[in-house]
Amino acid sequence: MKFTGTAHRYGRDVDTDVIIPARYLNTSDPDELALHCMEDLDAGFTAKVQPGDILVAEENFGCGSSREHAPIAIKHAGISVVIAKSFARIFYRNAINTGLPIMECPEAVDGISAGDRVTVDADAGIITNETTGAVFTAQPFPPFIKDIIEMGGLVEAAKKKVGAA
Amino acid sequence: MPRPMTITEKILAAHAGLDEVAPGQLIECDLDLVLANDVTAPIAIKEFAKIGVERVWDPAKIALVPDHYTPNKDIKSAEQAKMMRVFARAQEITHYYEVGCMGVEHALLPEQGVVGAGDVIIGADSHTCTYGALGAFATGVGSTDAAVGMATGRAWFKVPESIKFSITGQLKPGVGAKDIILHIIGMIGVDGALYQAMEFTGDTIERLDMAGRMTICNMAIEAGGKSGIIAVDDTTRAYMEGRSERPWTEYFSDASAVYARTYEIDAATIVPTVAFPHLPSNTRPVSEARDVKIDQVVIGSCTNGRYEDMAEAAAVIKGHTVHPDVRLIVIPATQQVFRDMMHNGLTDIFMDAGAAVSTPTCGPCLGGHMGILAAGERALATTNRNFVGRMGDPTSEVYLAGPAVAAASAVLGRIGLPEDLEEGGQS
Ligand code: SF4
Repeated sequence: MKFTGTAHRYGRDVDTDVIIPARYLNTSDPDELALHCMEDLDAGFTAKVQPGDILVAEENFGCGSSREHAPIAIKHAGISVVIAKSFARIFYRNAINTGLPIMECPEAVDGISAGDRVTVDADAGIITNETTGAVFTAQPFPPFIKDIIEMGGLVEAAKKKVGAA
Repeated sequence: MPRPMTITEKILAAHAGLDEVAPGQLIECDLDLVLANDVTAPIAIKEFAKIGVERVWDPAKIALVPDHYTPNKDIKSAEQAKMMRVFARAQEITHYYEVGCMGVEHALLPEQGVVGAGDVIIGADSHTCTYGALGAFATGVGSTDAAVGMATGRAWFKVPESIKFSITGQLKPGVGAKDIILHIIGMIGVDGALYQAMEFTGDTIERLDMAGRMTICNMAIEAGGKSGIIAVDDTTRAYMEGRSERPWTEYFSDASAVYARTYEIDAATIVPTVAFPHLPSNTRPVSEARDVKIDQVVIGSCTNGRYEDMAEAAAVIKGHTVHPDVRLIVIPATQQVFRDMMHNGLTDIFMDAGAAVSTPTCGPCLGGHMGILAAGERALATTNRNFVGRMGDPTSEVYLAGPAVAAASAVLGRIGLPEDLEEGGQS
């Protein structure tokens, strides 16, 4: 998987309540959720995101609730990959399970500014800042998690297992 | 001899069918319970349908609790609740709780004996970590994990490292479980326990009742923790006896178990604490928050909506009147709590003071309904999160504290301590 897009940059502890406020959780429709993605943190978010763009944040991205609506909203808003210094653990799980690519790479976060053009080779774990030319290597996923991703998410993985049983 | 293990490692090893596990190891565990609510179940049900199994793995080991937007807030939430109800009926889910028996999930399931010591529980709700108070491994997951759990009865985990919090000595008067956990989150930060299990020990913890222990484990997630846990003792046994619907298993950390870190906390150093907007780690002593005026006070939630919390707040507010500029909303977390409050005169105490007392719901805790804040308004709540927009408008503010401080603040019209009422504060 390879993505190229413009970077949108945020700080630390971006919580699930700002990613998708609870006032919109009375629905689970992905397109409706996407309309309100990040609106309490950055009201212009959905307007400026182009399909394929990249979200970059500091530590503890996605902290707070277990709402899968958060990675779903981000994905359907057009974001191709989230790069952060660290992820809150439920968000990390949910992103993998729902097929939102994420990468942990503190150096890349420090080396990317808002508006930079960034290319991500998710399979190789290589992040390239096309604007500055800098290249970063993200931490690889453990093989177990890579398997889930390669199978197309947890449901696909479970499907295979159930089918095999 | 297996390696020395923590209580968390032992529970996980037993459920993975292994003699031992070590932090970092990826394992697959048998589950004792899978939980979802009216926000997370709809997505889980859609994902479940994709897996290709007809029936859930065990209808007695799934709990579906419509608590967030129920009694239904609007048409959309009614549809979500309906989807869950239809699924629960079709799958003959034993632990489905309709409005009228429903309560806030993390108060309800322990109260009803659905969770017990030694269990491995996943819940599509981040505060699933509450059940660690009973000596279980319980952790929040997303809807997809819950869907796969409902289909297979299994889930994958990375064995977490454990952090030990040893809290010893006498708490000062007026300091409770909420202050302990706010103190800890203030100390280590909102990602201070990221990916880790928080194990609470020490004689201060041993003296806490189950309600207090649940308050502490409930907020492990606010430090980024995967789980919180307190080993079983006589208090836990007395709570589970006659309540637990399944036999429970007790696990204890080995004396030589390995911890990522250990914190020794002297209980006497903990003061009544309030978390300022917009992070639970942004804590200050209540004594330094006395100039913060408030518009609303909420007493309830999975953190502090149990009977003991209501009794603590009622004892403070008894004989006083809510400040004319404040709305006090009291939400017992379960029907049982509500009933006990009525029988013991607590509902009258709150209503005499001028409070709105409501049927159980998460309601304002997540900015759902029943007490949403307008622009610029400020609330003090016994809930667990004070993120931007958590209780309403993005410019509103939420301060977090325990039940006694909440009750006193409702009377004072500003953040304050119960003792401020006696000193002739504006009551
Ligand atoms: S009371 Fe609040 S924190 Fe607890 S389950 Fe409900 S919404 Fe979540």
